[in-house]
Amino acid sequence: MIHPAKPAADPPAPSEITPRAVYLARRQLLRGWAAGSALAALPGWAQVASAGKPAALPGTRSAVAGALTMDKLTPYKDATSYNNFYEFGTDKSDPAAHAGKLKTRPWTVVVEGEVRKPGPWDIESLLKLGAMEDRIYRLRCVEGWSMVIPWVGYSLAELVKRVEPTGNAKFVQFVTLADREQMPGLRSSVLDWPYVEGLRLDEAMHPLAMLAFGMYGEVLPNQNGAPLRLVVPWKYGFKSGKSIVKIRFLEKQPTTSWEAAAPSEYGFYSNVNPKVDHPRWSQASERRIGEDGLFAKKRPTLMFNGYEAQVGQLYTGMDLKRHF
Amino acid sequence: MPTPGRRALSAAARSTGAVSVNALLLHGATKPLLFAAALLPLALLIWGAVADTLGANPAEALIRSSGDWTLRFLCLTLAVTPLRQWTGWHALARLRRLLGLFTFFYGVVHFLCFAWLDMGFEIDAIVRDIGKRPFILVGTAALLSMLPLAATSFNRAMRALGARRWQALHRTVYVTALLALLHFFWMRAGKNDFAEVAVYAAVIAVLLGWRLWRRLAAPRRLSA
Repeated sequence: MIHPAKPAADPPAPSEITPRAVYLARRQLLRGWAAGSALAALPGWAQVASAGKPAALPGTRSAVAGALTMDKLTPYKDATSYNNFYEFGTDKSDPAAHAGKLKTRPWTVVVEGEVRKPGPWDIESLLKLGAMEDRIYRLRCVEGWSMVIPWVGYSLAELVKRVEPTGNAKFVQFVTLADREQMPGLRSSVLDWPYVEGLRLDEAMHPLAMLAFGMYGEVLPNQNGAPLRLVVPWKYGFKSGKSIVKIRFLEKQPTTSWEAAAPSEYGFYSNVNPKVDHPRWSQASERRIGEDGLFAKKRPTLMFNGYEAQVGQLYTGMDLKRHF
Repeated sequence: MPTPGRRALSAAARSTGAVSVNALLLHGATKPLLFAAALLPLALLIWGAVADTLGANPAEALIRSSGDWTLRFLCLTLAVTPLRQWTGWHALARLRRLLGLFTFFYGVVHFLCFAWLDMGFEIDAIVRDIGKRPFILVGTAALLSMLPLAATSFNRAMRALGARRWQALHRTVYVTALLALLHFFWMRAGKNDFAEVAVYAAVIAVLLGWRLWRRLAAPRRLSA
């Protein structure tokens, strides 16, 4: 807010100084990567959490193209206190306030529909299904703000391949937890519960689409979608369902929760697209949370959230204004 | 010995209560105190911005809070006349102008927060946004509808216009209330999240409905 007098020797602009929390988180990640195999050999999820703090969940540097953006990380505090998770309330601070009671063990994800190997997956077996990778993704919310979050997990494709979709499988639907006992937000009729989301099968198979179990080198906090969530970095944040309990493989395109609630405002694809505005606001720019203070200029939003080189070919020939 | 009826007693108690409340409202310190209290929300928001306690998205917090406070002051302003009638605290009338002007003031703060923090004070971006987004257009209309009221709020303007015309002009605040409500409703519409909107709608419905009811019940009276 207050602009200090400029000293003679040009110091770096305040915007160029990495906040301490960001710097520490990044250093922690780098240290993890440096330790490499030694840390990776430990079953991270088996480590006991010290009082109130999520247990460590180390991963190794992802080799997937585009999986490690160089943007500054969002401070952990912001990423865990400013959330949309309507099952815990519609205010951004509700999830952090009310998700603490969510029981994430035992946890089962049921795979069903057009697959040769349907059945329940225990969270412990999902944690062992693929090698944990660190990935740093941009997250663009449809509301016009964005974050940069280091996730821990692996490509959704790993699970998809294991359950062997049949030739009929064209779409994947994600059903998230709707438990009235644990989720006070379910009392409101903002959406039809449970919250459902969906992807085309080829989108789900894209290596950037990930199942995340952790963030910032630790197990996911409940308000961020523990014990496992989807992260699809080239789509608006609401496409990335939290606290998933069911994955269905379907022949027909499923209706998603937001599509059902407001079909003129939210489409099935919901790819980040600065050229297609939301009916009530522009999507051309975004506010990066925790960056550069109150009066920072908004930054331009990138096509497919900056992942066009990786995912653009999924949509060749499609009219993205119609399929928004 | 005849005892006074229960009704007479309670009416007496009520009128002495009203008298003491009126005396309190007429006290010289009441207006300055209300003025200071009305600045408190702004002071807290500025403090929050400086101390960085407005959460992860301080710009959004400032824009939303200033809008909330505009609506709250609007409700308070509209509550003055019904409250006077219900309670007999007629000295409340002294505070109406102050509350009305603070409604306008917080409306301006709300607009400046939007224009500055969301639009970076780029005039063509602001104009484009007003043209493109119905809820911004309605919010802008609500603010502009208060402009003539704020401009004619001082005594000389009141005398120049004459009581009748002045009052007719200032009744447009009912339109302001409906526009402000529509602005808030539309802002929340995409998320089907109407709990807060419903609270303000209920308050404004009571305050405007009471006026309408009185008008219909006594069609010949022309007082406000």
